[in-house]
Amino acid sequence: METNLAPLLPSAEVVLTALSVLLLDLFIRKDEKGLLVWISLIGLALAGGMALFLWGSHEGAFQDSILLDDFALFFTELFLGAAAITILSSVHYVRETNIHEGEFYALVLLSTFGMILMAAANDLILFFLGLETMSIGVYILTGMWRERSQASEAAMKYFLIGAFATGFLLYGIALIYGAAGSTHLGRIASALGQTKSHGSIILSAGVFLLFVGLAFKVAAVPFHFWVPDVYDGAPTPVSAFMAVAVKAAAFAGWARIFLYQLSPLQSEWTLPLKALAILTMTVGNLLAISQSSVKRMLAYSSIAHAGYLLIALVAGGESGGQALLFYLLSYAAMTFGAFGVLIALKEGENDHEAYSDFAGLGFKRPFLGMAMSLFMLSLAGFPPLAGFTGKFYLFRSAVVAGHIDLAIIGALNSLLSVVYYLRVIVMMYMEEGGAEGKPFARAPYLYLAIAIAVLGTVYLGVLPAPALDLSRISFISLH
Amino acid sequence: MTHPFFPVLVLFFFAGSVVLALLLIAQMVGPKRPNPVKDEPFESGNPPKGDARIRFPVKFYLVAMLFLIFDLEGVFLYPWAVLFRRLGIFGLVEMGIFLTVVVVGFVYAWKKGALDWE
Amino acid sequence: MMEQFGLLRFIPLIPLAGAALNILFGARLRPQFAGFLACGAVALSFLVSLAVFWLLPASGVFRDVLFIWIDSEPFKAQLSFQADALTAVMLLVITGIGLLIHVYSLGYMGDDEGMTRYFAYLNLFVFFMSLLVLADNLLLLFVGWEGVGLCSYLLIGFWYEDHTNTIAGNKAFIVNRIGDFGFLLGVLLLFWEMGRQGVWTLNFSELERAAHLLRPESVTLITLLFFAGATGKSAQIPLYVWLPDAMQGPTPVSALIHAATMVTAGVYMTARLHFLFSLAPATLAVIATIGALTAFFAATIAVAQNDIKRVLAYSTVSQLGYMFLAAGVGAFSAAIFHLFTHAFFKACLFLGSGSVIHALGGEQDMRKMGGLRRYLPTTYWTYLVAALVISGAPLTAGFFSKDQILWQAYASPNGSTQLWLLAWLTAGLTAFYMFRQLFMVFHGACRVAEPAKARLHESPAAMTVPLVLLALGSIFAGWLGTPDFMWGSVWDPWLQSVLGVQEAVDDAAPGGELFLMALTLGIAALGFLLAFLLYGRESRVAERIAATTIYRWLAHKYYVDEIYDCVFVRPFTACARWLAQIFDPGFIDGFVNGVASTIRAGSLSWRRIQSGDVQHYLFAFLAGTLLIFAYLLGR
Repeated sequence: METNLAPLLPSAEVVLTALSVLLLDLFIRKDEKGLLVWISLIGLALAGGMALFLWGSHEGAFQDSILLDDFALFFTELFLGAAAITILSSVHYVRETNIHEGEFYALVLLSTFGMILMAAANDLILFFLGLETMSIGVYILTGMWRERSQASEAAMKYFLIGAFATGFLLYGIALIYGAAGSTHLGRIASALGQTKSHGSIILSAGVFLLFVGLAFKVAAVPFHFWVPDVYDGAPTPVSAFMAVAVKAAAFAGWARIFLYQLSPLQSEWTLPLKALAILTMTVGNLLAISQSSVKRMLAYSSIAHAGYLLIALVAGGESGGQALLFYLLSYAAMTFGAFGVLIALKEGENDHEAYSDFAGLGFKRPFLGMAMSLFMLSLAGFPPLAGFTGKFYLFRSAVVAGHIDLAIIGALNSLLSVVYYLRVIVMMYMEEGGAEGKPFARAPYLYLAIAIAVLGTVYLGVLPAPALDLSRISFISLH
Repeated sequence: MTHPFFPVLVLFFFAGSVVLALLLIAQMVGPKRPNPVKDEPFESGNPPKGDARIRFPVKFYLVAMLFLIFDLEGVFLYPWAVLFRRLGIFGLVEMGIFLTVVVVGFVYAWKKGALDWE
Repeated sequence: MMEQFGLLRFIPLIPLAGAALNILFGARLRPQFAGFLACGAVALSFLVSLAVFWLLPASGVFRDVLFIWIDSEPFKAQLSFQADALTAVMLLVITGIGLLIHVYSLGYMGDDEGMTRYFAYLNLFVFFMSLLVLADNLLLLFVGWEGVGLCSYLLIGFWYEDHTNTIAGNKAFIVNRIGDFGFLLGVLLLFWEMGRQGVWTLNFSELERAAHLLRPESVTLITLLFFAGATGKSAQIPLYVWLPDAMQGPTPVSALIHAATMVTAGVYMTARLHFLFSLAPATLAVIATIGALTAFFAATIAVAQNDIKRVLAYSTVSQLGYMFLAAGVGAFSAAIFHLFTHAFFKACLFLGSGSVIHALGGEQDMRKMGGLRRYLPTTYWTYLVAALVISGAPLTAGFFSKDQILWQAYASPNGSTQLWLLAWLTAGLTAFYMFRQLFMVFHGACRVAEPAKARLHESPAAMTVPLVLLALGSIFAGWLGTPDFMWGSVWDPWLQSVLGVQEAVDDAAPGGELFLMALTLGIAALGFLLAFLLYGRESRVAERIAATTIYRWLAHKYYVDEIYDCVFVRPFTACARWLAQIFDPGFIDGFVNGVASTIRAGSLSWRRIQSGDVQHYLFAFLAGTLLIFAYLLGR
């Protein structure tokens, strides 16, 4: 039997790294655990190198249920980068909170593996397996700080609601299988072309259940209620990982399934998706305003950004896909940065996550203050930062697709968001007496992660052309 | 021509109605003379004592979970064994990979002390 | 004709480097050094600007392409700068007057703890402002536009220990964002409309070539949206309310940002996009009307203010109104000319008021001043010159530039007698309030409280030298643009290359301009005389006027702030509160627990609901799913 294993290379490398970390962790002393960070990072770098090497190829494995195209590779690189930044920014965090390091890194890697599978899956069953691998890893990561009751509560809630959503997703897949006779996306797409009379209501029901399951993962309103509690309770690096990578994985699946394979059905879900986008942006932004904890504010802001990203899905087409991929990149940079600064404020048992803890940070830690200002301005969509360019393309795609109302609501929403993002800057530069913040010497890895995020935020804003090209090429490779 | 699964539906209907009917009849016909002894939970004839919700050593759950995991993974070996010749060398390698992953999990559980009762 | 000119990029980059150095290493440097660093950066920038001004060919454009910013077919935006005559003028104002104000700040902020931060912000402002005028496309212009707003916000709230300052900063920022929203919509709409014609560009020269492709009604909408942005940034009706509050910032900041440069960005943008505005006569009419109304309206408010800086703030709003009036009647070159002269005399006035405030140790109430002529001779003389200039005394800059606007408002094809009348009345009011201020501050008996009086002193040279230079500039800057019956204007031909040849003014009445000039001089003299009678002598009339209803109305700025508060701010906050406290918990809980608990839940903050039960979350989840299915079935 001829089997092409090349498409599996990056993900296999990630699993291998995870297993090595898990095993090695059992046999080394506590003061040697720094080694695990290096192994994880090297493993991720190797996987990244493989993905880079495979760039441009277009092949499938296991009867095309896994595809290796630029789209999958783009997301692979994004997830690998997200995992690397998460690991970098949690090195100090896990030591302060007595989280088991080996398991922590191994779980980050295993979730990353699940995400890669989600982006590459061309079969609903495989997609589901990837999603579950990712989700179970993240459920555990959420509750890993066992000394804190909020973390356990968050993990429990996440797990319960996640299981609920999984039920919807799985039932949707079952219905689609019933209607189309296959779980393979390509065959579903061709079945769509042949017949529409028989089973079209079952198919639609299945598609909408799939839609709900994915809407839960990207945290769209009204499937968002878990987000503030879970992000708030989870260890901060994990919150960042969820906000960026889990969301990106769900959007990757959404793009492949809905924007490409099921695009003939687009007219069916455009209206609910549009309602979802508007609701998500608006509720996220409105509720973010009244928060007193920056971590919760960031949770709501991630909901609002999911709403912006949904605009691209409504718009669809080449410009929508390009905008989606580019915004995910920009969003990753600025969100990791913002959570990174939050981690830097933590001191021992004190999380220092309230707005008042940021008071005076701009003078006590000029680098952290400046970085946080950049992230906040970028999230609010100020030029010339990544957030502005990303939003510009999102709204542009909406306008191009004829949804000018979405663009206007999106612009109004980003206007609204300025209120709470700016409050952080006001706190940092115009008040006094907050938390100290870790100096560079005590958290070099974290500073490295923040510096990477700063570079990303500025680079994507000032010189977006290469990344935009990349996004476009990756999205086109679906077809 | 009815759907081939139509009889199943009929069966579901009848099964459901029988249950419902029995409960209803018992409710309507049966005499009700409650007293304190009758209202107590039934505990194999012994006088009930303590709370029904007692703490249970968590180790049982751990062992049960480990058993489930390894049991299920063991089950995978059967279809593979049946088709061993047809799958050939590819099947052997694939099962090797699978078992490696399982063994890593086993080593992890062992080394973490999940298998020690005390 | 375009020419590559690699030096252009250094005009914004040098101040940026200065700001970066001050932010990153400022804590380790001596504050004095931070000031010199900032001044040096702007001075270098000024030299480059001079070189650009000097070398610029008569009808040419300098370009400096840094790199391609966005390249996604069919749209392509370069990060590139361009300098034509209009930009060159703006650059001279920004870096030249900016330099003087930087030097002045050395004296004014000499003993402030936050000096490093102050100069970092100031340099950052010069960076963004020069970016704004050097931009060769709308996107880059928008970057500068937002950036100067940010700097203005940071500098208004500079003394953040006082809460009113941060509130003023917030007000400025939010009001500006309302305008910016319009501006951004305008950019998007323009981009879209152009795209429908197959021209995907935001570059100015390409836009100018393709402007005729646009449909008239969309041009009108686009330009109106742009003008909405301009009303925010340049403090026109109805968004002018932030500028007077912005006076909470340090006085040099008021001079630089809120008088000479940033607030004129709206005028600059209008002139830069004149090819679009000229296609939309309806918009031009709106602009002219709003400009004239703002000019008049703000001048009446200025009459009744007692805070030395607030008088100047309303005066700035009024003068900006003049500029928009000029732009609205199609006389873009006159608008830019007034922008240029106004930068000199208004900066001079602000810096003079700063000198007074500095001498009095922070006092801003004019009723507690008086007779300062003896103590602050240099400040007095420069202030007098600038007051004369803004009132339009013959042969000074204000005389020429204002006269041009009045003449255009009357005689241009888009002008009308009503517009001229408003502008003419404003000229009289201007003279009145300026000299009211002059008399209250510098003449009469000294009403300064005793301890402060003993410490009265003339400001150091770092402050007086810029004052003198600006006063000289106020007189002579206007000689570049005299009317035709004198030696004519060198200004108009110079800007013609950018703004195009203006439609010829109807020359039916050759003596018309002279006649109007005389009328203007007359009403200005009347205003001066009135001010002298009421405030120049020791008279009781002023107090009696202060007790009248009209005066109270004016002193309270027609209660516009209060009206805005009632009509916009309170309903908005109430709505937000309602959503956060009643709607959200009520909506979710209402389904679950029924009406009774809705009432109870209404009193809880929504956060307690959030941290509550998973059941509620699942319920919302299910409700959402059912809604989607209801849609599916009901299609």
